[in-house]
Amino acid sequence: MHFQSAMSPHTRSAAHTGTLMKNVLYALVPGVLISTELFGWGVLINLAIACVTAIVAEAVVMKLRRRPVAPALLDYSALVTACLLALSLPPIAPWWIPVIGVLSAILVAKHLYGGLGHNPFNPAMVGYVVLLISFPRELSQWPAPGDMLTHTLSVTETVRFLFTGILPETVRLDGITMATALDYTKTQLRLGDDLATLASHDSYGWLGARGWEWVSLGYLLGGLWLLYKRVISWHIPVAFLGSLLLVASLFALIDSTYFSPPLFHLASGGVILAAFFIATDPVTASTSPVGRLIYAAGIGVLVYVIRAWGGYPDGIAFAVLIMNLAAPTIDHFYQPRTFGH
Amino acid sequence: MNFFRRRKSLNTQIAHDTAWSFHGGLVLPDHKALSKQHPLKKAALPPQLVIPLQQQAGGVNTPLVEVGDTVLKGQKIADSKNPVGAPIHAPSSGKIVAIDERTIPHPSGLPAACITLATDGKDTWADRAPIGNRYSELPAETLRQAIREGGIVGLGGAAFPTATKLTPTHPIDTLIINAIECEPYITCDDILTQHFANEIIRGIDILLRLLGAPHCIIGIEDNKPDAITSLQHALKAKPDDRIKLTVVPTRYPSGSEKQLIKLLTGREVPSGGLPANVGVVCQNIGTVYAIHQLVMQGNPLISRLVTITGEGVRNPANLEVLIGTPIHQLIEACGGYQENTGQLIMGGPMMGFTLEHDQLPIVKASNCILVTPKTPEIKQEIPCIRCGACEAVCPAQLQPQQLLWYSRSGEHEKAKKHNLFDCIECGCCDYVCPSHIPLVQHYRYTKSEIKTREQEMAAAEIAKQRFESKTKREEALAQEKEDRLAKKRQQLEKKTKEQHTDGGTKQDAIQAALARVKKKKDAQDAPKVTEPASEPATNPTDDTPTPQTAAERAAAAAKRRAEKKAQQSPATNPTDDAPAPKTAAERAAAAAKRRAEKKAQQSASTNPTDDALAPKTAAERAAAAAKRRAEKRQSSAHRGPS
Repeated sequence: MHFQSAMSPHTRSAAHTGTLMKNVLYALVPGVLISTELFGWGVLINLAIACVTAIVAEAVVMKLRRRPVAPALLDYSALVTACLLALSLPPIAPWWIPVIGVLSAILVAKHLYGGLGHNPFNPAMVGYVVLLISFPRELSQWPAPGDMLTHTLSVTETVRFLFTGILPETVRLDGITMATALDYTKTQLRLGDDLATLASHDSYGWLGARGWEWVSLGYLLGGLWLLYKRVISWHIPVAFLGSLLLVASLFALIDSTYFSPPLFHLASGGVILAAFFIATDPVTASTSPVGRLIYAAGIGVLVYVIRAWGGYPDGIAFAVLIMNLAAPTIDHFYQPRTFGH
Repeated sequence: MNFFRRRKSLNTQIAHDTAWSFHGGLVLPDHKALSKQHPLKKAALPPQLVIPLQQQAGGVNTPLVEVGDTVLKGQKIADSKNPVGAPIHAPSSGKIVAIDERTIPHPSGLPAACITLATDGKDTWADRAPIGNRYSELPAETLRQAIREGGIVGLGGAAFPTATKLTPTHPIDTLIINAIECEPYITCDDILTQHFANEIIRGIDILLRLLGAPHCIIGIEDNKPDAITSLQHALKAKPDDRIKLTVVPTRYPSGSEKQLIKLLTGREVPSGGLPANVGVVCQNIGTVYAIHQLVMQGNPLISRLVTITGEGVRNPANLEVLIGTPIHQLIEACGGYQENTGQLIMGGPMMGFTLEHDQLPIVKASNCILVTPKTPEIKQEIPCIRCGACEAVCPAQLQPQQLLWYSRSGEHEKAKKHNLFDCIECGCCDYVCPSHIPLVQHYRYTKSEIKTREQEMAAAEIAKQRFESKTKREEALAQEKEDRLAKKRQQLEKKTKEQHTDGGTKQDAIQAALARVKKKKDAQDAPKVTEPASEPATNPTDDTPTPQTAAERAAAAAKRRAEKKAQQSPATNPTDDAPAPKTAAERAAAAAKRRAEKKAQQSASTNPTDDALAPKTAAERAAAAAKRRAEKRQSSAHRGPS
């Protein structure tokens, strides 16, 4: 009787990268739902366009690279990239915005570096930065939260607007868009206003940017679920949010008329999404626990620096990419102590 | 992403009293109930036992028997002279039928020398001389020697000679008994403990005396409540306050020596060090029982408990098996294979190795035979996303994701810097990897690669040293030769200098000769006919006291040269008994004379006029020519070294 031979271990857990990625997608659901409720159907349409583009791009590239296509699609990594990018984009951006963004992410940031596991930079953030630099106008047109609108676009109206740029006759573009709180704050502070007068502006909500605070809560919920499922470890979200909170508190204490309160920073822009879903991308983050703390704390500080003194209202993509760059060095210096050493 | 972090123990009714823990590890489905359903039994005596000569680390055993010999059970049949080693004993009585190369259960699958014993069915013991209760009076060295002679090796799987392990390099304060059995499926230590707890406690006493250690900790996982109870009873029956029973949570690989020491004592064995470095000696509980059997019964290590288990076996059980029993016989004893078997594994599912067939013998290190069902699909490997699940479970606190990167890219230095050689190959990283990367395989490969390269480098270094020393030696030889030559040259130079001084006298002679020539010339100007120059040549034997003319001197020189030549080569002239024993000088002179006479005759014939004023005879002309040559030589001598 002949038996199969193999190297130990002869047993494996059921864990699979595809399952992890699927869990990340599930965890996005609360945030997506709240987003859609607040910002309209554009959120879902953006997601759909991005996902289709990602699947097609991934399949074509794998085919071109003469690698098996099915496993690459079944690891769901391309879909995670597409969703994270789509959720960072304004929901009323024209259709080619997510397409270009996803193509940059999948083709350039991911596959040109060798595909899954080999990319030094977060693909979604590369896609976002490409768009931000190339199409600043499209990227800054954020819709006003739904509770402020007199007319909310229906599905067909949204589709028509995204694909043709034509709005219903009764609706004007500046009727459905509004500066985000971060954008407004930056502009007004430059003009010499102080925070106390700004806080009464429409773009401010009860905690952070109007509407964004609810979206952030949705992502927080999903993020906590990921922690519970042990898809991510606590190090990155805690260090990211902790350092941002710390730096923001420090400057708010120094001058509360110029520097926004720390909780406003947490509840505005993409901080929560980034802390639990983007910065936690294991491929581009530091790999040791201590390294992850340093890496994420660096992102927190950089986000604050860009928001407070940089040229963009929000700085998550740049902060993440800069720390991606630093990750290998951090890993080099923070190798954990081996048993018996 | 720590999916498999420690969970609370499943057996919450048993209190843990561990103050320490080690990093990582896994809670695995243990599958231990499978082999505990049936009671412990003895495997039937097989018709043939195949006993590999090498069953332990250390010295290579050589057979002490020959084909055709009859042996008794417990008789020593192979041993080595190496102090680190363990002899082999006949597991039963019978006849040696072969000593040859056979496939042995080893990961390499390569054949090795084995003794084949045809059993006679009588199972007759050789004379045994148990030490018995005297062990407490015996010196440690005697006990250690007895343990070596009893062929006892570590029964936990590594089969390291126990006597060597009991010869610690540092003072020992704690003996740790490993009853952890953390690999899934395996239950032989559990069953052994349940049956022989009293013997084990006695065995511990033997070891404590041997080591002179004040403390002993028995470490056991909480998934063995029956074994724990047995040990507690045994300790109650024979209280011994040196021995402490510590129940630890079930977590793989807490049975790994270094991890167990950390878990029970909080001490960390330094990298590359031994437990003795932190005052600890570890022994597997099965080994303790074997020591007890040796000391109290005089039984050498000829059998062990083996777990036959897995979903591929009909009636999994634990069997007491003679070393050398073929595996297929044990499977048959357990009801045979189920349909659709997958792998045949020796050891556990995490660290065991697969066997290609079951016609292989049980050896001292075989604790388990595991037959797995056929796995439906082989999960495809996908790229590492550095999720860190491996790092979270690594009990050696390594970064498997980084090691994988360096292993794949062949960055050996970096792999070593990330402490690849601290990897214990427990397989935790493989188990949790969501990308199904065979990490341990990569590490094993890289380790052997680095070792090979280091050996090559060491060999190259030795070769280099040898080459260098050879070059040095040759240089020294050359120098010696040079020195010798220089000495010789010096001597030669000295000689030539002396000759130069001779040359001085020669020059004086030449000066004198020149003066004479001038005188003669003056004399020639006077009308006086000189004596024929041929005269000295015609009379060569007549050694004229002082040659007057250059011609005379030339003739004399020719004679000297000829004499010298004759002296130099007397052998080349074997005509000693020749009728005319002329010397070479004489012959040369004679020849010169002949030549001169001939010339004279010729000139006489061509010039028949007999005239006093007629041109000089040939002899005269020859003499004149010699004179000219002498003058020429003189002038050149003047130009020469002065």
